[in-house]
Amino acid sequence: MKGRFSWFNATSITLGFAFLYIPILLLVIFSFNESKLVTVWAGWSTKWYSSLLQNQGLKDAAWVTIRVAVVSATVATVLGTLAAITLVRMGRFRGRTLFSGMIFAPLVMPDVITGLSLLLVFVALGIDRGFWTITLAHITFTMCYAAVVVQARLQDFDKSVEEAAMDLGATPVGTFFQVTLPIIAPSVISAWLLAFTLSLDDLVIASFTTGPGATTLPMKIYSQVRLGVTPEINAISTILVGIVTVGVLSAAYFTKRQTERAERERRKAFGAAG
Amino acid sequence: MSTGTSGLKRWYVIGAPYLWLLVFFLIPFFIVFKLSLSEVATAIPPYTPTFSWSTGIVSFLSQLDFQNYSFIFGDPLYVNAYLSSLKIAFFSTILTLLVAYPMAYGMARAPKSWQPTLMMLVILPFWTSFLIRIYAWIAILKPEGFLSIFLIKLGLISEPLQIMNTTTAVYIGIVYSYLPFMILPLYASLEKINPSLLEAAQDLGSHPWRAFWQVTFPLSLPGVFAGCLLVFIPAVGEFVIPDLLGGSETLMIGKTLWTEFFNNRDWPLASAVAVLLLLVLIIPIVLFQRQQEAEREAAR
Repeated sequence: MKGRFSWFNATSITLGFAFLYIPILLLVIFSFNESKLVTVWAGWSTKWYSSLLQNQGLKDAAWVTIRVAVVSATVATVLGTLAAITLVRMGRFRGRTLFSGMIFAPLVMPDVITGLSLLLVFVALGIDRGFWTITLAHITFTMCYAAVVVQARLQDFDKSVEEAAMDLGATPVGTFFQVTLPIIAPSVISAWLLAFTLSLDDLVIASFTTGPGATTLPMKIYSQVRLGVTPEINAISTILVGIVTVGVLSAAYFTKRQTERAERERRKAFGAAG
Repeated sequence: MSTGTSGLKRWYVIGAPYLWLLVFFLIPFFIVFKLSLSEVATAIPPYTPTFSWSTGIVSFLSQLDFQNYSFIFGDPLYVNAYLSSLKIAFFSTILTLLVAYPMAYGMARAPKSWQPTLMMLVILPFWTSFLIRIYAWIAILKPEGFLSIFLIKLGLISEPLQIMNTTTAVYIGIVYSYLPFMILPLYASLEKINPSLLEAAQDLGSHPWRAFWQVTFPLSLPGVFAGCLLVFIPAVGEFVIPDLLGGSETLMIGKTLWTEFFNNRDWPLASAVAVLLLLVLIIPIVLFQRQQEAEREAAR
């Protein structure tokens, strides 16, 4: 507790992280394996990465996946932020319980149910299945994650700053853009990144809602995994793991700097006050 | 904002996410329910009757039947799939809790300067693709995989392990993939506990183990509760894990639904399976929502 690890805590943390990380590490290491056998080491090689570059089907799928993820993460972040404001700042209104239910339920809803029900609504509405139906589906489930991320930050910060701005004559919209948004900005960025990676990862919901011509990367990986483990899948997985790692680390770095700056400014303000 | 905003303007903020979720989250369930009462057909979309205003509600209703449900309840395969999903989800939730609790406890008691890094390390796998993390286990668990090679080298076993394509592999997969969902709420509730409470208990002569069960554990219960729901509910309907790691002996309802939909193209039966799955999960989902709302109220 006092700045040191007890042996029990150190052991449980080490074992836990070994369990979490060894599978991923093995996968990454064996993506550089010369041999076609995934579990027998035969020397370093990057040939699986260059064979990826020649795989047009995989590149097309990657492009579809990225476009879906960018569009859906952006819309989901806007809707999720509005939903977070609704949950934290709007107090009671008619239909509030239903609203919070619709925000929290998708977080735990099994993907097969979400996927099937979204597909049926697209069929009922007569929307052609493909890129846009996957995007609409992804907006729907990722906006709830975005809402949860932003609401955590919204309820943390001091509401009186907003009230002060409004007392000084700012409109609610002006207050939001000039006071609230700068304060919650790191959480809005995290929400976007989370929505983006969730969309990038999704297999089940995309499989239900896709149509001809729109194959995403997870769908492609899944169909290959069913045929067996190959170094090529290891290579594409390593690239995806790398992207997520860089994304998460930079988001963490960004948030840390933001909090440090806020802390410094707070100290300065206190210093000035006496 | 709540005091300064007029009723109409408030609905600009509330309206967009509300409408979106009504159209794409709530209404779809009614469509699933409606379709579960239809019959399969070789048409596009592959079911009948398709609802249309021209034929009118009365004739539509007269065509409805519950044969999909009687079929599911009549076939032990489906009933067993439901029961075994609940069983697998229940036991893997407990296993996940047992693995996650010492980790979350260790993290909460770690030096303050370490905690952000440890948090990072938990969040990172949570953000990494589910499919990829399951895929990583295939190379470990298959008979000629890393685990067998490792244990044979150590001399602990002489024959390769037969874990791949069994229910054991499904348990490992669920515990592994859902571990961060359990650690994060546990850590959040453990971290909030004031350490002086424990010191007080120990100063008063309480054994550390006793102090843990009487002070720490009860105070961490909200985290335990949230974590268990976050694991249990999606695990019941899990598809990817039983499909890739489990074998033919592993029956799970998410996989059944997938097969009915994609392999048999029986949309109405898949819908009926979904409706029954949702009915099983509705109570845990409501509990989860209540818990999240209570947490939000407490944070004020």
